[in-house]
This record gives sequence, C-alpha cells and structure tokens, in this order.
Amino acid sequence: MSNLRIMVACKRVVDYAVKIRVNAAGTAVETANVKHSMNPFDEIGAEQAIQIKEALAKANGKAEVIAISCGPAKAQETLRTALAMGADKAIHVESNEELQPLAVAKLLKAVIDKEKPDMVILGKQAIDDDSNQTGQMLAGLLNWPQATFASKVELSEKAMTVTREVDGGVETIKTALPAILTTDLRLNTPRYASLPNIMKAKKKPLTKYTVADLGVDIKPRLETLKIAEPAKRQGGKIVESVDDLIDKLKNEAKVL
Amino acid sequence: MAIRFRSSFRLLSRHASLRAQTLNRTATLGARACISTSSPTHFAVAPHGEIEFTADKFPHMKRNSAFKKLSDEDIAYFRTILAPSGITQDKEDLQVFNSDWLRKYRGQSKLVLKPASTEQVSKILRYCHDNKLAVVPQGGNTGLVGGGVPVFDEIVVSMANMNSVRSFDKVSGALVCDAGSILEVLDKYLEERGYIMPLDLGAKGSCHIGGNVSTNAGGLRLLRYGSLHGTVLGLEVVLPDGTILDNLSTLRKDNTGYDLKQLFIGSEGTLGIVTGVSILAPKRSKAINVALLGLNTFDQVQSAFKRSKDELCEILSAFEFWDQAAIKLVKEHLVAGANDPLESEHRFYVLIETSGSNKEHDDEKLNQYLEGLLTDDVVQDGVVAQDATQIQKLWAIREGIPEACSKAGAVYKYDISMPVPVLYQAVEDMQDYLTKNGAFGEGKLFSSVIGYGHVGDGNLHLNVAASDYSPEAVDLMEPYVFEWTAKHAGSISAEHGLGVSKNNHLHYSKSPSMIHLMKRFKSLIDPQGIMNPYKYLPDN
Repeated sequence: MSNLRIMVACKRVVDYAVKIRVNAAGTAVETANVKHSMNPFDEIGAEQAIQIKEALAKANGKAEVIAISCGPAKAQETLRTALAMGADKAIHVESNEELQPLAVAKLLKAVIDKEKPDMVILGKQAIDDDSNQTGQMLAGLLNWPQATFASKVELSEKAMTVTREVDGGVETIKTALPAILTTDLRLNTPRYASLPNIMKAKKKPLTKYTVADLGVDIKPRLETLKIAEPAKRQGGKIVESVDDLIDKLKNEAKVL
Repeated sequence: MAIRFRSSFRLLSRHASLRAQTLNRTATLGARACISTSSPTHFAVAPHGEIEFTADKFPHMKRNSAFKKLSDEDIAYFRTILAPSGITQDKEDLQVFNSDWLRKYRGQSKLVLKPASTEQVSKILRYCHDNKLAVVPQGGNTGLVGGGVPVFDEIVVSMANMNSVRSFDKVSGALVCDAGSILEVLDKYLEERGYIMPLDLGAKGSCHIGGNVSTNAGGLRLLRYGSLHGTVLGLEVVLPDGTILDNLSTLRKDNTGYDLKQLFIGSEGTLGIVTGVSILAPKRSKAINVALLGLNTFDQVQSAFKRSKDELCEILSAFEFWDQAAIKLVKEHLVAGANDPLESEHRFYVLIETSGSNKEHDDEKLNQYLEGLLTDDVVQDGVVAQDATQIQKLWAIREGIPEACSKAGAVYKYDISMPVPVLYQAVEDMQDYLTKNGAFGEGKLFSSVIGYGHVGDGNLHLNVAASDYSPEAVDLMEPYVFEWTAKHAGSISAEHGLGVSKNNHLHYSKSPSMIHLMKRFKSLIDPQGIMNPYKYLPDN
C-alpha cells in the first residue's frame, strides 16, 4: 500500500490522574488551573497510527500521520505531544465554544473532505464527557464503515481487520478503507516523547482553521442541567468490644 | 454495553492505582521504600520462616541486667492509665511489633503500649524511669537499621493511637499534629488545602511523622525543601523521666536559648519520645514535569546537574540517578515499571523533576535546558513525560530499584553521602577492590555493584549483589566501604540512621570528642539509660 494517510483525533482533557472537582454552581467540572493531557484513548490512537506508519516503512510503504484537535488555543499543546510522538503534521480547529460530539464530528468531516485520509482513528470515548459518540457520528456523516473498540488492528491492501472486545468474547471484523477506527484500552501502550522528537516536533507544520473557515454549525444540541459528585463514602469505625458493636448495630445502623 | 463502559479508562486506571496503593501499604514499603532507604550491613533477609532473634545474631550484645524484668504489677499499673485496647500482650500480635519489615531484626518484647495522649506517654515513661524498665518508641516500623524494634525485652511504646491533626495555619502553612500521624495521611490533608508535606518517601503509607522526625528522614523532596532540621518548627517531647517538653512553636524565627528540638531530630528515640510535631508545609506545586535522560559518563551526570541548578534553578525538585547495572535488574526482576523508555541502554540514567506554579514557564525552561544538553552532547537520549501517568511510570523505575535489587538474591546495601564529584567513584572503587581480591565476576562471591541515589544530596545507595549472605562477604566489604567513606569526608549513614546496625561504626564519621559529648548528652537526659537501649551510640 502506498501513501496511506491516517488522521488521528486528539482531544485535550483533564489529566486522568487529576481528582475531578465539580464547580460551586454544579454546572461543570473545574478546569481552571488543572493539569490537562491528551485523552488517553486518543493517545492510544496516535500510537496506533505511528505504529502503522513504522510497519509500512519497513515494508517499503509510506504513511502520513495527521493529528487533529478541536478546541481552544491550548489544544496545540496536545497536538505538539502527538507530533513529538511521531505524527507528521497537525491541524488545529480553534474554538472557545462548547463542542458537543456532533459538532466535533461535523468539524472533523469538514477537514476530512479537504485532507482525504484513508483512515481516521479516534479514541472510543474521551474521559471527560464519556460520550462515546464522535467516531460513530463521523462514520454516519461520511457514510464510511466503522470499527469501534479496537483491541487489535491489521492492515492489508485497502482493508483492515479489527479485533474488538465485546460482551462475552472477541469479535473480528474486516472492512474496506477508507474507514473509521476507534481505540480501546488494550490496543497498545503509547510511547514516551523522546527528546530528539520533541525538538523535531517544533518544526513540524501546524495548520489552523476557525469554525467559520469550515462553515460548520456547532450550536449545542444538548443542555447540561446539573453536574454532581457521587455521595461521599462514610469512613469505617473500629469498635472497642462486642457490646459496643451490638449497640452500634442496634442504635446507629438499626439493623438489629 | 456494560462491559465497554466498565472498561472506561478513567475507571480502570483509578482501580489499578488504588490496588497498587493497597499493595504498597501491605508490603509497606517493599517496593517504593528504599528511596530514602535501603538497608545496612550484614544479615540475610530470610524471606520465609522465623526471623532470627537480634540477640542471637549479635552474640556480643548482652541484656543490661540493671533493667527490671516486666512483672504483673507493672502491667496492672499500665492498666490503670491506658484503655484495654491500648495494651497488647498477645503473642501473635506482639510479633508485628517485635520484628522489622525487612525481616532482619527480631526482639523479644512481651508488652506493647499504645498511649492515646501525651499525658499517658508521660505517665508511662515516668513509671519506666522510676522502675528501670527499658523502652523502645515505635512509629510505623518502617526503619532500615533496626532502630524501632526491641533487642531484648524492652517495652514497645507504639504511637499509632496518637494520630490527629492538632492545627493548621492556612496562611503560614504551619501544621501541628500528633507524632503517630501517617505521613501520607498528612500529605492528603494538606493536599486538600493546597499544601504539601516537605518530605516524601517510599514508606509514606505506613511511616509516622514522629518516626520521620526521630530518624531525620531524608527522601525525595530534600533537594527542594531541605532537611527536617529546617522544616520542623517545634516539637512536643516526653523526656525519659516523664517531663513534657512543650516546644510546639509555629514560629519561623525564634532565637531564644539553645534550640533543643534539634537534639531530638534524628536521635532515634534515645532521648525521649516525640509526641507532637509542628512542621512548615510549603505550597503544593501546580505544575510538575519529569524527564528521564540517558548519559554515557558520570562527568556528564555532574555536568547535567550543574546546569540544572543554573537553568532550572528554583523549579528543580529532584535529580536522581542510577546506573546500567540498576536498570538491568529493574528490567529483569520487575513486572510493573520494568520499562526502559530509552531506545538503547546507557551507562547512566538521570531523572529530573521540576515543580512550579506556572506550566508554560516550567515547560519553556525545561525544554531549553534539555535542548541545550542534547545540543552540547551532555545527554545522548531522553524522554519527557506527557501526562501524569507517564510521570508515575518514570518514577516507578527509580522507585523500583531497591525492590529489583532484593529480588536479585543476596544484596548488601550501604547508604553513604559524600561530595558529588566522588559519588560514583565509590561504585567503581568497590568493584575494583572486589576484583583485586578475586571475589568479583561470574561464579565469584559478588556478581554486581549497583549505584543509584540522590545526586542533588550527594547521597549514594551502594548495593553489592552476592551469590549468598556470608560472613566472608561482610568481612571483605567492611570496613573497606566505611574507610573509603571516611577518607572522602563522607558519612557512613546518609539518611538511614544508625540503629543497631551502624552504631559501632559511628567513629568513621564522628570524632572521639563528638561521640564523647553525645554520650554525655545521653546520660544527662536519660540517666537510667532506659530509652531505646543497645542502639545508636557505640557499645563501649
């Protein structure tokens, strides 16, 4: 296969190791002054694209990896990470508005119409909203086949064979390209960004679009009514004696 | 759909890290431990079966016959001051308090007391002082030199039941708490308030702040926040005769009289029991970066360190190194953290951490520094963590070294400090010395000499892997390693303390007149000699 073009969607989200806090108004998650990183499933997607590129290079083939992110200016940090991992170029669709999955899918479609990739890889979901919708909506908008929740991917001439973890086992499907691929946790382990690659990444091209450039309607279709933290778990207690335990069961837990 | 969502990344990872934490706590330090740690000389770590009594291992140690043996009247007295749950006599329960986590030391105490207040500690010590009953204060029992466990029949005074935060000043960051508070619990408490404990070590899930103070624990944040001699603002100590010394100051400046608290920091419970600690907590950094570098020579490690002080300056928070022998063990013996992110092996590895308040600022500084190192060929390769997961994974390599060493077989561990320029020479000289004595190489007594540690603090963890634990091995390395350290103006115990394992080697690091004065202090404050006997100071 020659000159495979792979586009990878990379969302900037609150780092998964950060303890999430709901804002005082109960309308959103606190994002100010909180560490952000690439959505881990997207990181797996980027790794997969780079692995495909490396495998092709060994077989005298060629691939180009294009990282794309929709969001505020800081999304460029996420794109630099993808470039430092090994992506060839990046596209930033800048927007400070709330972007719901349908809006992102439409923005991606608009760029895909220009870039004409053979394959688009997305994380199966982003860990901030857990929507699990963008890949599927994008497949619908493009009228492309989709292979979601991939745990293994094999490429052959203009087709890919994808193993998916489903309820009760694994399912293997084959689809023609172009196609949408969404990644599951066990697909691969993303690499570290090496120093030489971080330096190279600074010189790689990053194209910017605005929402207006792409002529997409990003108006939210869903309204978030309320966001609340789960109820706090009560701490355990150590009782001094059996009598004490019985007393607590009777009078506090009221189960006796 | 259920399964798909159950495998949601955030959930999975959270669980995984929770599991890891739990494991950590049960094995207490096994793995992460020896950051501030690693173990001392001699003995075999017997992984199974009964641990040999310390008294049998050191036949020269004799029970001080001046100490009274525990009687029923003594226990009856303790019952009048402590709650029933504060007294442990059950044989099985006593085992935990009698032996250390490395399974190297085992005492024969028949009684554990768990006071719940400073007054109770005072009453216990006054009684022991009047009746000449020997006492071992014990915190989380995470020490490495046998300082926190009894040798003979000393009464264990466990501080586990004194674990409350007494006050926290949100403006100054002064935290006042009970000595039995667990380091990690305090750190969580401070995290919620935007602050951080000024010390961090592998044993944080078990160790007590009182034990940290009593052993002057070092650890990972020392480079940034300094030693406990600087961050401790005040202490509450019960003297051996029961006197409560209330010096729980929260003042940063106080030049009135002798600074008595300093005497108790690092005195390993030989002068009294620390019951309360006032400590200055710094603000928690919002931005943290970690990079791992591969280098060819120790000169390059030093050069990278010097430049980090110039260029990263105030945001530098850790500068750790390890050698090729260490990474080999990590790769061979560890499942988790067994990742060498660099493409090829290097002779030296450096882990750099920066902590600051502004991510953009820190990123720019770190990038410039790293680019400079790469351009000037100081480092040959490196990676920069892109998210918190990668930060944890890079730290896991460094923190996994002690565990990997212990899995490799018999390992002799030394914890020495010295001027940075000769830091790695210690490893090379040791290897040469063993080779000259025909004891190094394949099929020989010793298979590898491993060096890692805190470059920033001039602290080397020198580990020597042997085919087996044997007196010959010890005789070959000691006193060579201590003499080497003394010759290079170093300390034979950088952060682990003395306990029963290095008390008799004290003369390599301290002059006779200093040791003499130490002994005078000891007899002045503890005239009966009941506090943590047989340890810390030389026998004779």
